Amino acid sequence: MSDFEPDILTFCCNWCSYAGADLAGVSRLQYPTNNRIIRVMCSSRVEPIHILEALKEGTDGILVTGCHIGDCHYIEGNIHTDERMKEIVDALEHLGLKDRLRLEWVSAAEGKKFQETITDFVEKIRALGPNPLKEKAKEE
Amino acid sequence: MTEQEAITNEESEELRIGAFICECGVNIAGAVDCYAVADYISTLPNVVTAVVNKYTCSDAGQAEIKNAIKDLNLNRVLVASCTPKTHEPIFRACVEEAGLNQYLFEFVNIREHCSWIHMWEKEDATRKAKELVRMGVARAALLEPLESSEVPVTNKALVIGAGVTGMQAAMDIGDMGFKVYLVEQGPSIGGKMAQLDKTFPTNDCSICILGPKMVEVARNENIEIMSYSEVEEVDGYVGNFKVKVKHKPRYLNIDECTGCGLCTEKCPVEVPYTEFNEGIGTRKAIYTPFPQAVPLRALVDKSICIDCGACIKACERGAIDMDQTETFSELDVGVIVVTAGYDVYDPEPNHDFGFGFYDNVITTMEFERLINASGPTMGKVVRPSDVQPPKRIGFVQCVGSRDKNSNIYCSSFCCMASLKNAQLLKEKYPETEVYIMYMDMRTPFRMYEEFYNRARDMGIRFIRGRPAEVTENEDHNIIARIEDTLTNEIVNLELDLMVLSVGAVASESTETIRQILKVSKAADGFMMEAHPKLKPVDTTLDGIFIGGMTQGPKDIPYSISQGSACAARATRFLAQGKAMTEGITAKVDDDICVACGVCVPMCPFQALSIEDDKLKILTALCKGCGTCMAACPTGALDQSHFKNEQLLAQVKNVFAYGEV
Repeated sequence: MSDFEPDILTFCCNWCSYAGADLAGVSRLQYPTNNRIIRVMCSSRVEPIHILEALKEGTDGILVTGCHIGDCHYIEGNIHTDERMKEIVDALEHLGLKDRLRLEWVSAAEGKKFQETITDFVEKIRALGPNPLKEKAKEE
Repeated sequence: MTEQEAITNEESEELRIGAFICECGVNIAGAVDCYAVADYISTLPNVVTAVVNKYTCSDAGQAEIKNAIKDLNLNRVLVASCTPKTHEPIFRACVEEAGLNQYLFEFVNIREHCSWIHMWEKEDATRKAKELVRMGVARAALLEPLESSEVPVTNKALVIGAGVTGMQAAMDIGDMGFKVYLVEQGPSIGGKMAQLDKTFPTNDCSICILGPKMVEVARNENIEIMSYSEVEEVDGYVGNFKVKVKHKPRYLNIDECTGCGLCTEKCPVEVPYTEFNEGIGTRKAIYTPFPQAVPLRALVDKSICIDCGACIKACERGAIDMDQTETFSELDVGVIVVTAGYDVYDPEPNHDFGFGFYDNVITTMEFERLINASGPTMGKVVRPSDVQPPKRIGFVQCVGSRDKNSNIYCSSFCCMASLKNAQLLKEKYPETEVYIMYMDMRTPFRMYEEFYNRARDMGIRFIRGRPAEVTENEDHNIIARIEDTLTNEIVNLELDLMVLSVGAVASESTETIRQILKVSKAADGFMMEAHPKLKPVDTTLDGIFIGGMTQGPKDIPYSISQGSACAARATRFLAQGKAMTEGITAKVDDDICVACGVCVPMCPFQALSIEDDKLKILTALCKGCGTCMAACPTGALDQSHFKNEQLLAQVKNVFAYGEV
């Protein structure tokens, strides 16, 4: 699968990682084109169904990004995100999909970290190969 | 029925989406084929028109949107351009002017998140842009009109930190007729500027120009100074902040104390430490911070007080109260200005240039107090090891600045500060040899370069290079070994005193306040502004502003300008008396909700409660984070504008799999 290009979906918190992605852009930090961003107000808005549906749709990797612990715009939303993501990863482990979900904290000032996170995740997922549900999703 | 309601409230109406793709000159068009994006988008369901604009945000671009809304009867508008962080309000206002509810507008970022990060991959960038817009179209189809609510604004302001920036902000807000609480953690207002000897480029005496300003602040009827106090908690939102302030005990009644100093005179406890003089000299257990302090009131250092009672006997007004405890105030304010200042870089932990090892290596702030006429030596410059006047003095620039081992940023004021201190030395002691060891001398702004030239004319020696090795000889003289990169010579400079020109770092109190308020932190550790150019004193939080060193290193004129800027920006809310809040709050479907209460503890703002077996949402408290609905086991909770079906539409439509 040398020509495999993974489809990556990233959930960004409006206050930190979305602005971090903006900063990466303003700074012209180049990274792979595989990533698409969905903006939410807080990473804690992301529900298991969003992740499961994305996987069902054939998305190869999903990043959930939020503010660093202690910096949440809504005080402790990211703590809930952290707890929920651990549970979702546990559930995904049974499905053999756990490596396709990653949680990262990226602040509004960390354009470089955003670039590095996406680049690294794309490489990891590229090595992992396509989401086994992808072919079925493409048929539908 | 208004025109707007007619457009948005008909549920049965067909969806008519208009998409506007911005080229942003070549910013987007350089990497994305915008016409190909428009062609693709026009094939998607419900898209009535897809057009390319040179600049969608220009007058012409906005006019095109408004005309299309009317001519084509659009009921959803999508703009694919830059970031909603700067441009969403502009386009929302634009569609509202054309009679469309602002929440029926969808923004897609194809600049910061596409063209700028894929500058040399036009094909892939174009495919990505198509998919991003496709995702936006899917979401746009499900958008619903919402109402922003207008909230009244408490017409009072809080200014946190009473250095020169905070003083300026408080005075400007006060002069505009609004009540200001000016909270300062130290026992006096004035900040770091009060400690400086002279100020560049005019060499005015710092306290001589600051002192009257401090008195003016105290005299301003609209300003209530809360010195020796700290902000502990902040709750609420723009227009309606609730603030808890802790007043630390001074162990005397501030209304009775006159600052006469009799208590200090009688106090038998003297310690070799002073906050105001950067540790140099001594002070008593009961003391006034400095002669020009505002308020000019004493305080007791309980950690060294021996409870002898001498001060109590000495005080004619009976002001001293050793049983005082901390007290708290609850303030209601509409806006908050943060001017919490900075700390100077501490060279002690790394022993930069021998600091901490050798007595005769000191910092700029220590030097400021040594050369100050009201300082611990009455302005006589002496070196610490033998209290003798130094004959050879060297300043080392960029200590804690422009250094990968500490901070990479330039602290901006230190070149000028050393030029100033070098000039003062030359004026006071013309025979002294003065050296400045530097990487680059940075002297922008009016009269600064002239100031540098003046220093050269005075015979101050500039060595381009910083000491590679610092040692001390038997006379406690400092030997600095430097490569002068202009002459390619190695110089062994023997100095009687070496002054480290230390830079600025974000203060601990800035970090504490930042965490309380949830203001973003920039990479350098200081607070982050909403936009580096367009909104330099705003934060991403409505009603909260930052100025002066809290936002990053800067000099006095720049800080004062920011203080005034904060006042102007903040007072807009106070003057209007109202603010708009977003309609993106939590909503519950009572038919589905089983009142299990799982969501209730999730809310950090106490907006949820179970009453009479029903979930009650206090919309005014809801900030629209979405934490609660992600926890809802029944799916009864949802978030307006970030509804489950809207997010799922994005998830399901993101990748087109060969379609594009």
